[in-house]
Amino acid sequence: MNGWQTLFYKEVLRFWKVAFQTIAAPVLTSVLYMLIFGHVLEDHVKVYDQLPYTAFLLPGLVMMSVLQNAFANSSSSLIQSKIMGNLVFVLLTPLSHWNWFVAYVGSSIVRGLAVGAGVFLMTGWMVHIQFAHPLWMAAFAFMGAAMLGALGVVAGLWAEKFDQMAAFQNFIIMPMTFLSGVFYSIHSLPAFWQRLSHFNPFFYMIDGFRYGFFGQSDVSPWTSLAVVATALLLVSTIALHLLRTGYKIRG
Amino acid sequence: MSALSFQSVSKIYPPKSAGAQPLQALDQVSLDVQEGEFFGLLGPNGAGKTTLISILAGLSRASSGRVLVHGHDVQNDYAAARRLLGVVPQELVFDPFFSVREALRFQSGYFGIRRNDDWIDELLDNLGLSDKAHANMRQLSGGMRRRVLVAQALVHKPRVIVLDEPTAGVDVELRQTLWQFIARLNKQGHTVLLTTHYLEEAEALCGRIAMLKRGQVVALERTSELLRTASAQVLRLKLDGELPPALQAIARVTGRIVQLPVHNALEIEAHLAAIRAAALVAEDVEIRQADLEDVFLEVMNRSQSGALS
Repeated sequence: MNGWQTLFYKEVLRFWKVAFQTIAAPVLTSVLYMLIFGHVLEDHVKVYDQLPYTAFLLPGLVMMSVLQNAFANSSSSLIQSKIMGNLVFVLLTPLSHWNWFVAYVGSSIVRGLAVGAGVFLMTGWMVHIQFAHPLWMAAFAFMGAAMLGALGVVAGLWAEKFDQMAAFQNFIIMPMTFLSGVFYSIHSLPAFWQRLSHFNPFFYMIDGFRYGFFGQSDVSPWTSLAVVATALLLVSTIALHLLRTGYKIRG
Repeated sequence: MSALSFQSVSKIYPPKSAGAQPLQALDQVSLDVQEGEFFGLLGPNGAGKTTLISILAGLSRASSGRVLVHGHDVQNDYAAARRLLGVVPQELVFDPFFSVREALRFQSGYFGIRRNDDWIDELLDNLGLSDKAHANMRQLSGGMRRRVLVAQALVHKPRVIVLDEPTAGVDVELRQTLWQFIARLNKQGHTVLLTTHYLEEAEALCGRIAMLKRGQVVALERTSELLRTASAQVLRLKLDGELPPALQAIARVTGRIVQLPVHNALEIEAHLAAIRAAALVAEDVEIRQADLEDVFLEVMNRSQSGALS
């Protein structure tokens, strides 16, 4: 008997029932980025010497959507349930902290990948795309979504008000994704910012994901894989610990 | 083996601000509920009833002591304990994303139960929810949401049913439906733990009662025994005007209605004389048997003076 499957299914259904807001809206945002930045910069910027800017931008936008929406899913579900009080229905069940983790992070991965796929479908026709290493692509998309889903669990448990959640999202998640090389290759940055970017795990997710498309990246995909795997492990450990101890949900 | 066993359960909340006192919500609460009992947990607001139930349900942790459900520790063996428990929370909460049937299917699934629709239909039917099965939770009135809460607590046919003030703000019809249903489940062998502020409900339903005050058990008796030990009778009358101070201390006053505990004819005469001496006219005078509310007030007052001495 697997109670976690029900919780996972419920979490997927939760965002699916409001798909306009949870999938269509972020897809549209990314399409707009693609149209505007592509139009403005297409003829002025070339990355890795020969790559048109829009082709470079596309994987970055896809990955950014995956990450932001994976985070938004678990974090908003948890904070809403906490504030509405209906988290009690799950708290009263025999589900273990692992069950919670798999269900919340799993549904976040589904939402992240669904939005990513949507962005890809809506913008893919604008550029000529290569798929150099599809397995690398899949690995980074999955692990990135998982890490942000787990981070969403941490934030969702920690935040007591929508205000705090908005702060987490706008002051941590947004800057880290925007400054991770979605819109530029970090080689174009001044040395100081280049070095700083190396401390941003989101940079490795996007760089590794991009390697899957072009077979070219700012750092080795193996380095990126190691960094992303470590970050995923770390955040998951924290999330599992908070779930096990009932941090802020079991008084 | 007891269905529920609370063993020296204490709960201390840390001070909310620096310099404030920590709050002792429960102080060494020990009591056992036997399988098949209909057990009442009574006490004024803030006595610790909900805290005790939260600890039982795993929503909160005891500072010390332990709680067992059919021998399963609610902390160390929480999965087994929670399978045996069906808890109706006091807060009127719901998930706005789903319909009544969806909510009940999910709740079944969390307990690992698939294809539970036969039992779900029976629950809906017994709680007067059949025509609301496909309604979204948002569209339901407060009373209907309360019924869904009860149904959600029962999807996994728990051996122990815990109801935390299930009839607060609920109309007469639902109260009747609910108690008929719960009484039937109790007859079938389900243990019931109930907290309520409606003492006539507790008197009618509960075989045994514990009274809590400031986190301590101040009475734990069979309901019939509690009623028997109470002041034998109550003098009830209607008055316009202020009661003499001597009577005010022992009276239960509701608007014009004054109720005074009496033990014999002499006391009745003395009370009436005191009222006459205060130049008041008593109307609709009657003498009735003490009910649970009288006992409750007596126990609460007694433990108050006890605490002072």
